[in-house]
Amino acid sequence: MSVFYALLAVGLLALAFGLILGYAAIRFRVESDPVVEQIDAILPQTQCGQCGYPGCRPYAEAIANGDDINKCPPGGESTIRKLADLMGVEAKPLDAAHGTEDIRKVAYIREDECIGCTKCIQACPVDAIVGTSKQMHTVLIDECTGCDLCVEPCPVDCIDMVPLQVTTSSWRWQLDAIPVRTIE
Amino acid sequence: MQSLIEKIRQGKFSDFPGGVHPPQRKTLSNQTPIAKLPLPQRLYVTIKQHIGVEGHLEVRPGDMVLKGQPLTKSMNPFAVPVHAPTSGEVTTIAPHVSAHPSGLAEMTIEIRPDGKDEWIALAPLQDYQNQPKLKVIERICHAGISGMGGAGFPTHIKVSPKKNVEFLVVNGVECEPYISSDDRLMREHAWQIRQGIDVITHLLNPKHVLIAIEDNKPEALHAMQVACQENPDYVVCSIPTKYPAGGEKQLIQVLTGREVPNGGLPIDVGIMMQNVGTCFAIADAIFTGKPLIQRVVTLSGECFDKPGNVWALLGTPVSHLLQQGQYQPKRQRSRQLIMGGPMMGFNLVSDQVPVVKITNCILAPTEREMVQADEEQPCIRCSACADACPASLLPQQIFWHAKAKELDKAGEYNLFDCIECGACAYVCPSQIPLVHYYRVAKAEIRLQEEEKHQADKARERFEARKLRLEQEKAEREEKHRQAAEARRKALEQQESTTGNKVSAAVARAKARQQTQAAKEETPASDKVAAAVARAKARKARQEQESTSRDKVEPGEESKQDKVASAIARAKAKKAKQENASTAPDQAESPTGEQQTKASAGLNQTRESGAEPSEKQPAGDMAPSKDTKAARVAAAVARAKARKAAADQDKDQKLSPAPESASPTVALEVDEEKKQRVAAAIARAKAKKRVGVSSTDKQQDKSKS
Amino acid sequence: MSLRIASSPHQHSKRNTGSLMRLVCYCTLPGFAAQLWFFGWGTLFQFIIAVAVALGTEAAILELRKKDFEKALSDCSALLTALLLALCLPPLTPWWITALGAFFAIGIAKQLYGGLGHNLFNPAMVAYVILLVSFPVAMTSWLPPQQLMQQGYGLLDSLSLIFTGYSNEGYSLNQLRSGADGFTMATPLDSVKTDIDLGLTVEEAMAKPQFHEGTGVGWFWINLAYLAGGLVLLKAKVINWHIPLSMLLAVSVTAGFLHLMSPDLYASPWFHLFSGGTMLGAFFIATDPVSASTTNLGRLIFGASIGFWVVIIRTYGGYPDAVAFAVVLMNMSVPLIDYYTRPRTYGHKARR
Repeated sequence: MSVFYALLAVGLLALAFGLILGYAAIRFRVESDPVVEQIDAILPQTQCGQCGYPGCRPYAEAIANGDDINKCPPGGESTIRKLADLMGVEAKPLDAAHGTEDIRKVAYIREDECIGCTKCIQACPVDAIVGTSKQMHTVLIDECTGCDLCVEPCPVDCIDMVPLQVTTSSWRWQLDAIPVRTIE
Repeated sequence: MQSLIEKIRQGKFSDFPGGVHPPQRKTLSNQTPIAKLPLPQRLYVTIKQHIGVEGHLEVRPGDMVLKGQPLTKSMNPFAVPVHAPTSGEVTTIAPHVSAHPSGLAEMTIEIRPDGKDEWIALAPLQDYQNQPKLKVIERICHAGISGMGGAGFPTHIKVSPKKNVEFLVVNGVECEPYISSDDRLMREHAWQIRQGIDVITHLLNPKHVLIAIEDNKPEALHAMQVACQENPDYVVCSIPTKYPAGGEKQLIQVLTGREVPNGGLPIDVGIMMQNVGTCFAIADAIFTGKPLIQRVVTLSGECFDKPGNVWALLGTPVSHLLQQGQYQPKRQRSRQLIMGGPMMGFNLVSDQVPVVKITNCILAPTEREMVQADEEQPCIRCSACADACPASLLPQQIFWHAKAKELDKAGEYNLFDCIECGACAYVCPSQIPLVHYYRVAKAEIRLQEEEKHQADKARERFEARKLRLEQEKAEREEKHRQAAEARRKALEQQESTTGNKVSAAVARAKARQQTQAAKEETPASDKVAAAVARAKARKARQEQESTSRDKVEPGEESKQDKVASAIARAKAKKAKQENASTAPDQAESPTGEQQTKASAGLNQTRESGAEPSEKQPAGDMAPSKDTKAARVAAAVARAKARKAAADQDKDQKLSPAPESASPTVALEVDEEKKQRVAAAIARAKAKKRVGVSSTDKQQDKSKS
Repeated sequence: MSLRIASSPHQHSKRNTGSLMRLVCYCTLPGFAAQLWFFGWGTLFQFIIAVAVALGTEAAILELRKKDFEKALSDCSALLTALLLALCLPPLTPWWITALGAFFAIGIAKQLYGGLGHNLFNPAMVAYVILLVSFPVAMTSWLPPQQLMQQGYGLLDSLSLIFTGYSNEGYSLNQLRSGADGFTMATPLDSVKTDIDLGLTVEEAMAKPQFHEGTGVGWFWINLAYLAGGLVLLKAKVINWHIPLSMLLAVSVTAGFLHLMSPDLYASPWFHLFSGGTMLGAFFIATDPVSASTTNLGRLIFGASIGFWVVIIRTYGGYPDAVAFAVVLMNMSVPLIDYYTRPRTYGHKARR
């Protein structure tokens, strides 16, 4: 008889906990994006192709399928760290074969040299270059991701990658510049 | 239950949590009247001295300006103009070190005073009560007034009533140690401040007007009480001295016990705050018509032999003030100048920094009088910072997370509610520069958010582009299909019908086919043309030194120079790529093949009426030393012409994005274009033959 | 012209970690003196041993961690830890136990956790608990107050006892502890606990000579002296009132409740407040900034919980005093308490 009670008790307990777990699973369900979306959200979207894939999303898919997370130079260390967090893998240094991390740059077209060949317009992954054939082109600085892809096709080399200018509104306090610094 | 205003009238105030009591040191500078200064040698008027956007320049170097003449102008509601602080000559307009912690250069108008100090014609608006409010607001805007308490928010926006204002708070608290500019201003110009309050009251129609002054300024209190005694609606409040009681949020809490909701504005709780200096400036603008061109600046600290308050013209370099206050640099072991107070001011990077609208104090302390934080030690979690924080934050936790770069967690502890008052760092026994950590963390978070925003935008654009390319491809395929259909039909017809009909159908089908082919080949032929042009141009370059250049460039010298420079660049590029390139012979054959294709479009080109002269420079450029070169040249000219004909079609494909230029522009063929084409050809030649043709092939491949 | 650039604020209050720690040390002096008065010179030697070992350990480990130990030692945190440990130890504890404790406090409980500011537990209390669990007899061998002793013992006797285990006359510690009637005279807490276990009532237990007006002879004054020192700390705003007040209130309420239930079985709040390390704990140990709660509400919870556990463990636990256990126990809960007692930030709605 006591065996029966024991079994009953254990059974009831199992049932109760099962119900609690089931309830928790419904109540606290985390609506999660598919992993590709999450990876894509972390990638910097420069669409530069330095990773060897034709854009950020293809790379995101590749990572989801097990590719290395250290092939994105524009994202740099911080992106690798976030990807490592998301994928639950060890963060590793940037793979130099795909380029090195650099300060943020934007493309600049020397407009009086532009011949209006539209090659850069075709190369730009985010349509950040406007202009039409035989008319000078120009870069929309706000939209440019600094991917570098327009530099190569230019037949007259009139595109430069220039670092963004620091202004008083984009200036940031630096941690290593404190607490005290003496300037000459 | 007492109403709020009754409580305030009785001097029953709430308190804000935390706060500190650093040594006041106000008597150092508030004993003497506000002094007038001689004109400095140069004035540096920074174009943007407020939060918002800068105006457009109204003057040019060499212009003579009168005192009070606007130097910038804008229709943008967030722009306020700056004015010439005295009469004189605009010498330069160039970047100059700015009154900003970074010390970065900002656009600045440099004025050399002529010593006459001659005013522009002033138009007071003394009967403002009978004027439309909009006109008064406009006058305030045109006087260049922005908040003089610290943030520099354009005042005309604040005094444009949108919601009902219950309390207008005039902030004369001046809680920072050392600073006494508002104190002196209230003592000496209480009447005018009151006039300014009258104007704001007229505009905003608040239920009550509170003038808040810390109880360590009894003279200013008295002066304001006297000035406001006729108007029983104005309540002069003596609030307990505690730093940072002058902070907007803290003062609201002290006076009314209300809190500005997170992410909201004081107006959300029915309160509008104005600094006494702003009130003074408004009175100036309305009653005398004078724009904001000067302000009271406190010179304090034991390094000044003559500390005190001065009327400084906006744009006065700090060095001039130092000279007037008889600054003794020897008293500082390492020299430092602070703009603002000891708690929230920033160090100047140069003594050429100009006074701007928010400059209330220049501080030059000795090491002895201002105990500075020692080297940073580990946090012992004593939470003295939390006890001092007026926003009830947990600075030690935020610090912990900020240091570990766990920015999301720092944000969770409401990092962005920090007002950077410095109370936490002031009391920290471990001498941690807490405020600095918060600033860095905030900047970092803002940067990340911006990057995220950028990335989202880029993704959107990238995807839109991908979609567009796919659509175009689908359209192309559809056309192919239709063409094939037509061919098939024609064939069937040929089989089923006889004689004329057949031949007619064949002709029709062929014609259609031809147009179709021309359209489809456009990108390819374009490429061909470019490649051919390059090949030819390369040849031409070899010739160029010996043959006549003026044929290439019938235009001016500059064009030639450009061409030459382009060639040089292109050569360099070619040299770089040399290694990667394959044998030149390989390049020739595709060129030849493509040439035939290109010539297919010849008839059409002629018909389309493209300027035949366009090909001339190209042709001349490559004297037929070599038959191949000649062929190439001819082909290029033909291809070019045809490309021009096909331009409209192509442009639609290439730049359908909304911001792209209108596609119709492209068809114009004029003289300038001719020249440009010539120059382009010369440059393009440099793209190496093989490299280019192989690239083209790749691109063709990738397109198909 | 070269100018100095620093981040605001440019001014700083004159207080630093070292001065805070020193102030706390000074404020223990009344209690320290009272302890010397009632229990002889032993505590002084314990202090010296503990300080020497603690500073040595700190310096050695910082050297190993390649940090500037001179700067770290000057913050006096190790000194304070050693002092608190010495004050908790029975005055005539063998030297090696003290040394071991000081080593534990600094080496294990503090530096292995990352040094000053990173330790989860109060180092002195962790060391005390470890010693108490490892050497229960030595750690509870308090001599009766000198005023009640048959043979007095002087400076040299103490020294000799600490280092050799025997006094100059050759008495062992146990012999010295024996009262006139041959029974050992335990601390008041120990004695009451044992007597209640033996079936005596509280009143009967308190009839012994080491009790006077409801508290232990000497212990009352020692606690009073710590209270005075603690009040100075409060006045100097080195500590907040939250932890001491809530802890003492909780001690009184818990003990009072038990006492009301059964005055025979449970000692009075008065006895609990002025026995053992209550006051030392309330003002000097529970208020250790590093390991205590940092929010005001959290401090109230933290202090009250310590007070509660002190009485519960004293009454039902296996050891006579319980301040160390209670403090270490609550140290563990600090992150949780802190997280859930975050104050409402200006302009934010109260969290649900």
